[in-house]
Order: sequence, then structure tokens, then C-alpha cells
Amino acid sequence: MKLMGQTIHLLKKEILLEWRSKYAFNGVLLYIVSTVFVCYISFNLNPGFKGSNGYPIVWNILFWIIMLFASVNAIAKSFLQENKGRLLYYYTIASPQAIILSKTIYNALLMGLLSVLALVVYMLFFTNTVNDLLYYFMIVLLGSLSFSTVFTMISAIASKAGNNGTLMAILSFPVIIPVILLLIKLSKAAMDGLDRSLSYSNIGILAAINVIVVASSLLLFPYLWRD
Amino acid sequence: MKFIYQTWWKVIAVLLVLSTLITGLLFDVPRLPIIHETIRNLYFHVPMWMGMLTVFVVSVFYSVKYLQTGKEEHDLAAVECVNTGLVFYTLGLLTGMLWAKYTWGEFWSGDPKQNSAAIAFLLYCAYLVLRNSIDEEQKRAKISAIYNIFAFPVMVVLIFVLPRMTDSLHPGSGGNPAFGKYDLDNGMKLAFYPAMLGWSFIALWIATLRYRIRLIENKKNAI
Repeated sequence: MKLMGQTIHLLKKEILLEWRSKYAFNGVLLYIVSTVFVCYISFNLNPGFKGSNGYPIVWNILFWIIMLFASVNAIAKSFLQENKGRLLYYYTIASPQAIILSKTIYNALLMGLLSVLALVVYMLFFTNTVNDLLYYFMIVLLGSLSFSTVFTMISAIASKAGNNGTLMAILSFPVIIPVILLLIKLSKAAMDGLDRSLSYSNIGILAAINVIVVASSLLLFPYLWRD
Repeated sequence: MKFIYQTWWKVIAVLLVLSTLITGLLFDVPRLPIIHETIRNLYFHVPMWMGMLTVFVVSVFYSVKYLQTGKEEHDLAAVECVNTGLVFYTLGLLTGMLWAKYTWGEFWSGDPKQNSAAIAFLLYCAYLVLRNSIDEEQKRAKISAIYNIFAFPVMVVLIFVLPRMTDSLHPGSGGNPAFGKYDLDNGMKLAFYPAMLGWSFIALWIATLRYRIRLIENKKNAI
């Protein structure tokens, strides 16, 4: 398969570039750690909150909001760092589908790694109230995959339209709201230790949204790419 | 594109909508608890969404055509369809809110259907903002066409799929029966289907008028 070969090649290149500079990884990791720390200090101003009934709910929602903003920041860069000459070079050697696929997979890997680290850091600062920890981790991985599929396509659109942060937020938030609602629902179920089979239908919807987004980005990116 | 200059379907649209004023407001409706006479809102609320869906589908069609051919008229048709669709969207939201006030007790009660309709509204507002952020015409047309095609399936999932999966009070969602169940034993079909068809045609008509104005403006600016 030509597409597979090209995708793997481009993916290797992305990982190699990131491995050399470690800019995105360290930058976003520091962003997450500092956000978690700011939240930790701010919540510590209110003693007694830790024992209250609302604590697990805030714990869950806060984590996803931190992840949302971290992934917007991480993935918005994915088309920014490419200069015009290099993009032109890609166009001569690879198919557009391979470019968008490699970017999506790379972002998914990066976000997966980052979100697991973020969850570990988060649990360090905030008392862990999760019952089904393994399931929670799996949902976090699923969430980072969904974030990367959506944000990669949107960042490709935003990069063509002047590349400002406002546009990225405006374009991506309506698309990401249903995803994040489903994720919060799923992770709350994992937190309460409900039976896993109860949330399979929600996982199915999430997977369907991902399939729609990936399919439409594969169809649409070839048009976006030409200038 | 000859269709948009013909008269017959506009006459049919007006007749159909006028007929629903009589059939919709005067014909008998089933007496249901809580809902009572508000069931008549079915003839005016659902057709708004039907009209919106019609022009949005046409808009996606022209966005696809724009990407294939690169003709500017197709881009104009797509954007005017979205503009018209947003008007019908707002009307659909307002009629729904009015109905919700009398049956659910609040204009906005945070029902999943209402919330996802609001999110999808933001999605299409983002389309208009995206258009304004790009100055170069061809680039704007291309990128907004891509976003429009991308937004449509998301809108369908948001409005027509997700609320059905959750506990929504909206008829047809979350295990609630749709009003379609009661249509059969009544004259409601007689008012409902003409309304759906009539308002879809009206939406198309408004979109074509706006499109023709845009074409004239475009020609004037070109000189």
C-alpha cells in the first residue's frame, strides 16, 4: 500500500523532529503541570472542600477542561511549524491523505502520552477518588484520540485562514462540545465504578463521531491543501 | 439552475402554507394531557427545521460543486443558503421555546435537545466568522466550502442523533413517542405534510432571492 508507506514515513519524520527538539512535548507538559498547580493552590484556599459531596464531580470536570485547553494548544501548532517551502516539498512527494493521517496519528500519540502523564500529575495533587482506575485511563486515551482527530482537521483549516488562536477556538469548540460531554459522562461512570457494559453505547457514539471526523478530513484535506 | 426562475413552485408553496393556516388552526386535534392545544405547534415548529434542513442540504450540495468546479456562483449559492437556514434555525428555536414554556414550564430548561441545538447554532455562526476572517475571495470560498461540508454531519449528529440517545423531554427523544404516532387516527396529517413541504419551498425561495441579489451585486462590483 502506497498510502500506508507514505503515512508511516511521514509519521517517523514527525516523531524524529519532535524527538530532536522536544519542544511540543515539554511545552505542553509544563503547561499542564502549571495549570494543575494553579488549580491546586486555588482550591486549597477553600478548606473543607475536599471532603464535600461535590469534590468528585469537580475533580472529573476540571481534569477534562485542563485537557481540552492543553490539547488545543498542543495541536494548534501542528500546521503552524511547517513553513511554506517544506509544505511544498511534501506535496511533491506524498499524497494529501498521507499528510493528514500522519499528523492525526502523531497528534494522537503525543496527546495520549501527555494525557496519561497529566492524569498522573493530577492525581498527585488532587486526592484520587476514581474507583475503576484502569477504565478511567482507557477513557482518557480515547479522549486524547478524539481530541486529536477533531483538532488536527480544524487546525488545518485555521492555518489556511491566517492562523490565529481565536479562529481555532471558535471553529473547534462547537465540534468538541459533544465529544467532551460524552467523555465526562463516560469518565464519571468509571469514577463511580459502574459496570463497564453500561457505557458501551456512549463509547459507540464517540467512535462514530471519530469515524465521521476522520472520514470527512480524509475527503476534504485534498482540497484544503492546494493553494 | 432554471428551476429558481420558475413561478409554479412558489405559487404552490404559498398555497400550501396558507392552507396550513386554516387546517392547522381550525381542524380537530387529539386531546392529550399537558399538551392540549399546543400540539398545533407541530405544524409551525417542525416545518421550520425542515426548511432549515432543506437549505442546508442545498448549501452542502453547492459547496461540493464549488470544490469540483471553482465557480464563484456556487460559493454565493452556498453562503446564501446558510444565511437563510440560520433564519429558519432561529425561528425553529423560538417556536420550540414558546412551546416549551407551556409544556415544560420554562423557555429554556437545559433540555439536551435545546442545548445541542444551541451548540449547532454556534457551529454555523463560526462558519460566518470564518468567512469574514479571510479577505481573498477564492481562498475564502474554498475554505468555507470545506468547513461547510465538515459542519453538516456534525450538525446532524448534534440535533438529530445525540438527543435521541439521552433523557430528553422532546417528543421523539429518549423513549418519548414522536407525534407521528397520533397523526394516523386524525386529520393532523392533512395539515402537517403540506406545512413541511410548503415551508421547505418557502426557505428555498428566500435563498434563491438572496442568491439573485448577491449575483447582481457581484456583477456591479466587478465592473
